[in-house]
Amino acid sequence: MQRIIDHPVLGPLPEVKMVRIIVDGESLMAREGEMIAAALIATGKKYFRKTVKTHEPRGIYCGIGRCTDCVMTVNGIPNVRTCVTPVEEGMVIETQMGYGVWKQEQ
Amino acid sequence: MEEREVVVIGAGPAGLSAALEAARAGAHVLLVDENSKPGGQLFKQIHKFFGSHEHRAGVRGIDIGTQLLEEAERLDIEVWLDAEACGIFNTTDVWIVRNKEKSVTVRAKRIILATGAVENSVNFPGWSLPGVMGAGAAQTMINLHRVLPGQKILMVGSGNVGIIVSYQLLQAGADVKAVVEAAPRLGGYGVHTAKVRRAGVPFYTSHTVLEARGTDHVESATIVQLDDKWKPIPGTEKELDVDTICIAAGLTPLVELAFAAGCEPLYSPLLGGMVPWHDRSMATSIPTIYLAGDISGVEEASTAMEEGRMAGLSAAYSLGYVDRETYAVGFDAAEKRMLALRSGMFGQKRRDAKAAIVGHSRG
Amino acid sequence: METKDTYEKGLKITGAPSLDELHASPCYQLPPKERRALAAVIECIEGIPCNPCETSCPVGAITVGDEITNLPVVDFEKCTGCGICVAACPGLAIYLKKYEFKENLSYIAFPFEYLPLPPEGATVQMVDRYGEYVCDGTVLRVVKIKRMDRTTVVHVSYPNDYYERVVNMKRLPAN
Repeated sequence: MQRIIDHPVLGPLPEVKMVRIIVDGESLMAREGEMIAAALIATGKKYFRKTVKTHEPRGIYCGIGRCTDCVMTVNGIPNVRTCVTPVEEGMVIETQMGYGVWKQEQ
Repeated sequence: MEEREVVVIGAGPAGLSAALEAARAGAHVLLVDENSKPGGQLFKQIHKFFGSHEHRAGVRGIDIGTQLLEEAERLDIEVWLDAEACGIFNTTDVWIVRNKEKSVTVRAKRIILATGAVENSVNFPGWSLPGVMGAGAAQTMINLHRVLPGQKILMVGSGNVGIIVSYQLLQAGADVKAVVEAAPRLGGYGVHTAKVRRAGVPFYTSHTVLEARGTDHVESATIVQLDDKWKPIPGTEKELDVDTICIAAGLTPLVELAFAAGCEPLYSPLLGGMVPWHDRSMATSIPTIYLAGDISGVEEASTAMEEGRMAGLSAAYSLGYVDRETYAVGFDAAEKRMLALRSGMFGQKRRDAKAAIVGHSRG
Repeated sequence: METKDTYEKGLKITGAPSLDELHASPCYQLPPKERRALAAVIECIEGIPCNPCETSCPVGAITVGDEITNLPVVDFEKCTGCGICVAACPGLAIYLKKYEFKENLSYIAFPFEYLPLPPEGATVQMVDRYGEYVCDGTVLRVVKIKRMDRTTVVHVSYPNDYYERVVNMKRLPAN
């Protein structure tokens, strides 16, 4: 679980602006524009949610927005696909328990 | 209602090639994709492609992607990103949700479906643990997002996807502990397996993953040998110290839009399962709807690009943008390039399976 | 001669072509020991649809032919050992070899797409087709030029005894 700083084909990791995200109350830095899932993998986060009935951990599975295994609660909205949703400055990301809870009015 | 001549759904290698070909012929094309960036899965293909010069062989997938996008810009193709195609009505009306906010219906004279495919999974105890993922997902993480999902990898499946992703995981700095293949023989190109093997990665044929263990994430895996009836042989279990298990067990065409629109289905196990019936020109049973790429049967990026060109050209011809002779010359050239990719010991089966679809009488 | 047993232990089982399989393939030719220049060696024995080796060769020394699934064959009379095909091959299945370029030392130039790259003069661990350590080698040159499109070619000298067995080097630990 780490960033790939240099790569034989892709070259050095380009410098980009960093943004601050809040993950389960903890303030972390992420690369602007990267997907939430990538930012969390880079920080070593092991699971993204727990299932409704048996509370089993889940993480990314397909990585391209199809399987919905990686959903989390983002800015108070549950079931956001983290593998296809880019981070934004100040984004509040929470490990989702079960179906999650809406925390803001639509 | 908005109107366009050709709407292409999916901006991967097939959709981009289809859009380019139709636009080159003179049609006004709208290309839609649900992602925020075009290219589909092309931008994670960092290896040099096979084929011949006209297939852009020797060029890396990422660079082919860049070339296609530059050309789309030159041809002024209209592209809607963050645009999800949710349904097709009356054979012509595409319902699209833009930016998760706005519903739009676009009436199209021709629709080209290039929706791609989704990775299959393999079920075993522990398969839902974080750390078990599609091989394509790992490839997305390392090559697009530049993060390593794990350090110690078990690859399940030895087709070209499993082997290429194993190689790319090594390039990204991970340690691939083993590649297991349930069949008695490895599936992918020998040149791919050879480069992974000489990097020290062991292959286990007639083996599968029995179990993944871990509390919040994969911490180890057990593999086991299979007998000739594909049953685990007791006593052959081997425990591997891995934190990630990648599943490369083939793909299934993403056919929902086609079938919801009423395109006639056909079963083609070799090409990934249910696919919409289509003719040689890539038209489905609904004459306004065409296919290109993995939705019409799972192959590879180079074949998807040729199929895109065939579909784009056919759609433009059916709208009267090219005359019969120009169409015949262009189409035959694309088909010839396609057949070259569907030749040899690996390609012949796909060529036969495709011929079976085209030759299948409808009704 | 290729037997059922060696075939079963070959490419489709171990991932690497066995010497029996290579020797039985018209594609694989080890440059004769008396040859004075480097020559391309190709390990591509399956007939995949691919021909950049042929089209990249500036002297027409590699032939695939009209059927792009034909096996590539090198003409040692024409091959100059320039190494353009080594980086052009999408399968990384070509290297250059020469027997005894110096006293008791053979020469290999192979494709290498990993980091870190070895410095010139370094001692590296040479491996066989199964990734097993065979012997030490000395890095002579590390060629990374634009036309090779991010495939580096590493030139190494290693003992004659392992002329045929050595095909590449072990990856180096991350810095």
